[in-house]
Amino acid sequence: MKRLTPRAVALAVAAPVGALVFAALVCVVILLITGHSPADTVEAMISSAKRPRTSVIALNNATNYYLAAVAVAIGFRMNLFNIGVDGQYRLAAMLSAALAGASFMEGLPSFLRIAMTMIAAMLVGALWAGLAGFLKVTRGVSEVISTIMLNAIATALVAFLLNPRRLAILEGNDIRTPPITEGGWVPNIPYPGTNSEIHGLILVAALVGFLYWFVLARTRFGFELRATGLSESAAVASGVSVKKMVFLSMLLSGAVAGLVGMPELLGGAHAYSLNFPPGIGFIGIAVALLGRNHPLGIAFAAVLWGVLDASSNGLDVAGVPKEIVVIMQGVIVLSVVVAYELVRRYRVRLEQREVGRALGTTKPLEEVSA
Amino acid sequence: MSTESASPANAVELTGITKRFPGVIANADVNIAVRPGTVHAIVGENGAGKSTLMKILYGMQRPDEGTIAVDGAVVEFHSPADAIKAGIGMVHQHFMLADNLTVLENVVLGSEPRSRGGLDFATARAKILDISSNYGLGVEPDRLVDELGVGERQRVEILKVLYRGARTLILDEPTAVLVPQEVDELFGNLRELKAEGLTILFISHKLDEVLSVADDITVVRRGTTVASVRPGDVTARQLAELMVGSALPVPELRDSTVTDEAVLDVAGLTVRTGDGRIVLDDLSFTIHAGEVLGIAGVEGNGQAELVEALMGIRSPSAGTLTLGGKVINRMSTKHRREAGMAYIPEDRHRQGLLLEASLWENRILGHQTRRPNVRGPLLDIGGARADTQRIVDEYDVRTPSIEVAATALSGGNQQKLIVGREMSGDPVVLLASHPTRGVDVGAQAAIWEHIRRARANRLAVLMISADLDELIGMSDRLAVILRGRLVSYFDPKAVTPQELGSAMTGATGEAER
Amino acid sequence: MTAAGLTVGVETAPPRRGGRPGRWRWYLVGAFVAFAVVALVRVFTGADDLTSRGTVAAALTAAVPIAMAGLGALWAERAGVVNIGLEGMMVLGTWGAGFAGYQWGPWAGVVFGLALGALGGLLHAIATVTFGVDHIISGVAINLLAPGAALFLSKQYFTDAPGGGQKQSPPLRDVPHITVPGISSWLRSLEEQHWWLVSDLAGVLGGLVTEVSLLTVIAALLLVGTLYVLWRTPFGLRLRACGEAPVAAESLGVNVYKYKYAAVIMSGALAGLGGAFLAISSSQFREGQTGGRGFIGLAAMIFGNWRPGGLAAGAGLFGYTDAMQLRGSDAVHALLLLLGIALLTLAVVQFRARRVTIAVTAAVLGVAFGGWYFVTDELPPELVGAAPYVVTLLVLALAAQRLRMPKADGQIYRRGEAG
Repeated sequence: MKRLTPRAVALAVAAPVGALVFAALVCVVILLITGHSPADTVEAMISSAKRPRTSVIALNNATNYYLAAVAVAIGFRMNLFNIGVDGQYRLAAMLSAALAGASFMEGLPSFLRIAMTMIAAMLVGALWAGLAGFLKVTRGVSEVISTIMLNAIATALVAFLLNPRRLAILEGNDIRTPPITEGGWVPNIPYPGTNSEIHGLILVAALVGFLYWFVLARTRFGFELRATGLSESAAVASGVSVKKMVFLSMLLSGAVAGLVGMPELLGGAHAYSLNFPPGIGFIGIAVALLGRNHPLGIAFAAVLWGVLDASSNGLDVAGVPKEIVVIMQGVIVLSVVVAYELVRRYRVRLEQREVGRALGTTKPLEEVSA
Repeated sequence: MSTESASPANAVELTGITKRFPGVIANADVNIAVRPGTVHAIVGENGAGKSTLMKILYGMQRPDEGTIAVDGAVVEFHSPADAIKAGIGMVHQHFMLADNLTVLENVVLGSEPRSRGGLDFATARAKILDISSNYGLGVEPDRLVDELGVGERQRVEILKVLYRGARTLILDEPTAVLVPQEVDELFGNLRELKAEGLTILFISHKLDEVLSVADDITVVRRGTTVASVRPGDVTARQLAELMVGSALPVPELRDSTVTDEAVLDVAGLTVRTGDGRIVLDDLSFTIHAGEVLGIAGVEGNGQAELVEALMGIRSPSAGTLTLGGKVINRMSTKHRREAGMAYIPEDRHRQGLLLEASLWENRILGHQTRRPNVRGPLLDIGGARADTQRIVDEYDVRTPSIEVAATALSGGNQQKLIVGREMSGDPVVLLASHPTRGVDVGAQAAIWEHIRRARANRLAVLMISADLDELIGMSDRLAVILRGRLVSYFDPKAVTPQELGSAMTGATGEAER
Repeated sequence: MTAAGLTVGVETAPPRRGGRPGRWRWYLVGAFVAFAVVALVRVFTGADDLTSRGTVAAALTAAVPIAMAGLGALWAERAGVVNIGLEGMMVLGTWGAGFAGYQWGPWAGVVFGLALGALGGLLHAIATVTFGVDHIISGVAINLLAPGAALFLSKQYFTDAPGGGQKQSPPLRDVPHITVPGISSWLRSLEEQHWWLVSDLAGVLGGLVTEVSLLTVIAALLLVGTLYVLWRTPFGLRLRACGEAPVAAESLGVNVYKYKYAAVIMSGALAGLGGAFLAISSSQFREGQTGGRGFIGLAAMIFGNWRPGGLAAGAGLFGYTDAMQLRGSDAVHALLLLLGIALLTLAVVQFRARRVTIAVTAAVLGVAFGGWYFVTDELPPELVGAAPYVVTLLVLALAAQRLRMPKADGQIYRRGEAG
């Protein structure tokens, strides 16, 4: 972890802040072109954001996004693209919901039920991601392609299993897994001013974030993982078994992905249906990018995303399509990656100059191998 | 053009070429006269200035002083396109071919003949077959480059420049990747090209080959031309001496610390590349505690593969490796390091450092299973930091702090850090591959001193280098590697430049064919 | 596609022996044998829908968007740029077709859809080629951005339009369909005889000459055109060189950036065209219409080994399974048997190439699928939707060494890396 000088911090936030500003400008332009007032839009969002219920929704969204982003970030640190978080979490949520709603769970103590549900979800996620990892390590199949394929297969599997003839039941017009009885719920955290509650598993998300930081920064395994991501050749020369690392990190990434659906499942919906929030996996990618794979950065980014999402709910009523926020989010992703690259180059140059100044010389050009 | 007067104009004439880069003079007052219709060889060691010279001739660099004349007329090249227009064609050492495209597609790329909007395959094919038969290249236009062997690919590269009308060809270390038969085929092709009136510039360090195919030889050493000779007038040994210089550094007198205890034993090591080519051929040697075994040799003769095989990064196809009495063939790199193997890699940026990580994180690299870096499964960051500071102090690594990223340090300081890291943890054997390449003089002296001190403490060292100063000054025993074999052993105190140069370049007369 | 990823475990295709003309003959023979087997399965299972003209027509309609997306992927990857943002570009195409289609007719819709898709491609090109953004990230960003933009614009322009709504456009007219007159009816009567192979052929050919949309014809022409442009013109050669060895191309004077831009914009345009087709053939733009076809197109390209011919076969196959889903359970069930047979054939091929582990895996899977067919009465329709992806994964896992990805695919290229 680098020193926290004012300049280091400034450089670290320059890119995301710059990207946000740029994205906001783009949206202002779009709003103007399509005949909406940017001022009205912002006002509608702010007034929506002020309501306590919005804060709760934002935090709950942020929890999901955070978990997804950590799952993606584990892969990113290894130069692996786990695009499959989406399929992993949905499959995990569905299967663990079916387990949690099963009748034999009734008699078990709460703690055990919740633990079993969560562990089941983690195992499913790890398995689904592990498939892609296995294919990569044994057959060299790009994890990008295999996880994209597995996403779609997961969708089909979920559709297949979510059928009254298999794991689901029919409740009125809704098809869902058998509802989890109260003994399997995770208690929520009340918030003043509204009936909506914050999902209790936000604490688990925080724990996951802490573990993510701890494992990567403080353990041998985390060091080897980071080293492989920074330079595969140097890692090999230092004794790291790259194949083992690839497989393990995919498993880990999938396990965390499995947890993505847990806050919603155990704190809100209490059953899996087709209304279960989709697309969190891809948002996780965006949040991880914005947060630069750093546990705190991701947290900020997740909260930002959650607030944007939640406060956009008021826009439709105000006559502005709420998708303007989605557009903004997409532009943020693109511009933040460009911005990070530009800042990185600048920082490297700056550091070289600083070292040169401190030593009284500039770095000599390497001997030309003529 | 130009061949009517009694003495025809030289195909290429370089006069007084000088090129400087910050901190180093690559070429100084280079004079070369290439007669038309001949094979002219330019020989010299690595670092002698050959490739900068060729880049100038080919238009990729501009000389600071001096002139280039082609067919008697002075020319100025601003880019490779200018050189091509002047009829000069470069065949690179590392081929620039697209594997998944056919020979025809590779040759015409960028200069495609057209017919009615499409590519005129017929015309292209005809022209290629024409050139191929004129010069005896035997190239099949419709084969995929991927299917071709190395010799065939080289012929495609030659055809590429001939297709664009080159009259003077520059071949950069063309035999570096060829096996003996392919070398013979290449020389046959060169003779045919010569017969058709083309001029060939042949850059090499392999004296035996140069003597067999060249009409004129120019020797380059330390950036300047030292001699221009005809093959008939000179022997291989004389040529080697010209290349290497007549005075070798005098080794320091010091006590021998070599013991009887064998630390690293290599028996029958054989390594092949993916396509079956042998890069290490039945290599055997032993290093004892307190001994430095230096391995001299021109780059590309198997040194990199030797070190990788010893470290466990590359699998040998045959041979036994023993460390301290234990066979380590099946040991992973991690375990070999734990058993006491230390490694200073040739390419510190790719294999020795995590450039974007801090110095103390780099200290952990390669040693992440042992103290003081770890305690059980956890990193001991305090311990690593303290030890990094120790290394910085002991090895004089110039840096404002141990938190800066490794990429900000100069090459010399990066290398000192690596040396310090590898020497920690009491290794029993050190594999040092070009340990002071790209390092300033001060850092170089410091690194040598550290290695000497460790040697006095019973460290066994395998040192691979292209720097003769280093090898003669540091080794207890000197071996020469050529084409994957250890061909001779020398006593550094007694070896002569001719012996060393000849062994390194295969000009001994007992050269393998 | 390693796209800045790790190189562990990657296996490349060994050099091909034998000339190119021979290859085409083998494919034709193989295709014919495969068809004969399908026809046999039809007779054996009684699932007439396997080769009926109705299925083939539906398959064609389903295949075109997939093929166009796949063709877009092909253009981009042949120039070395991975484009997973095809899904987003397709969405833009559907919206563009909806917007222009209801106001100015279907052909305006086609043009507009194409143009918007190209715009998406331009964005991807700027990000990856000029700014050096990782190809995957840019693609993901576009997949986030485009559907949001489409829904935004949809709410903006379609809500108050007659017959439209917040998430859909007003109805669109279709482009003309053509039928080859005499042959079509003759083939129909032949098909109804249910003779092995002959009637099957009649069914398939019937589907190909009856009520074929002009857009399908255009799509087919584009496939052929791509083959010509990329493999027989200087432009195409230089474009492919950028995807195989950009350093070599640059050293010969090719402007690598220019060709990458051209390829990626074309890629977006084709995806947009596929989207336009989707909207027009569904008679309107609807949110979420694309349903992952951008990714299926990617799969088809991989299945087709980065060549238009293979891509067409893959798109046809995936369109076929898509169509089967709608036609009834008998046909769908028979697909299991076909897959099993295909896997066993692959096992034999791999065994003869001495890749024993893969051969055994393929054999086991083949037996599993075949067994699944015999043990069950029907295949749940939800699972059929996974077929293209399962097939692609199987190809990647078991036949990777046959695949020849462009060598510099996914690499971030900076000018001036030559020499």
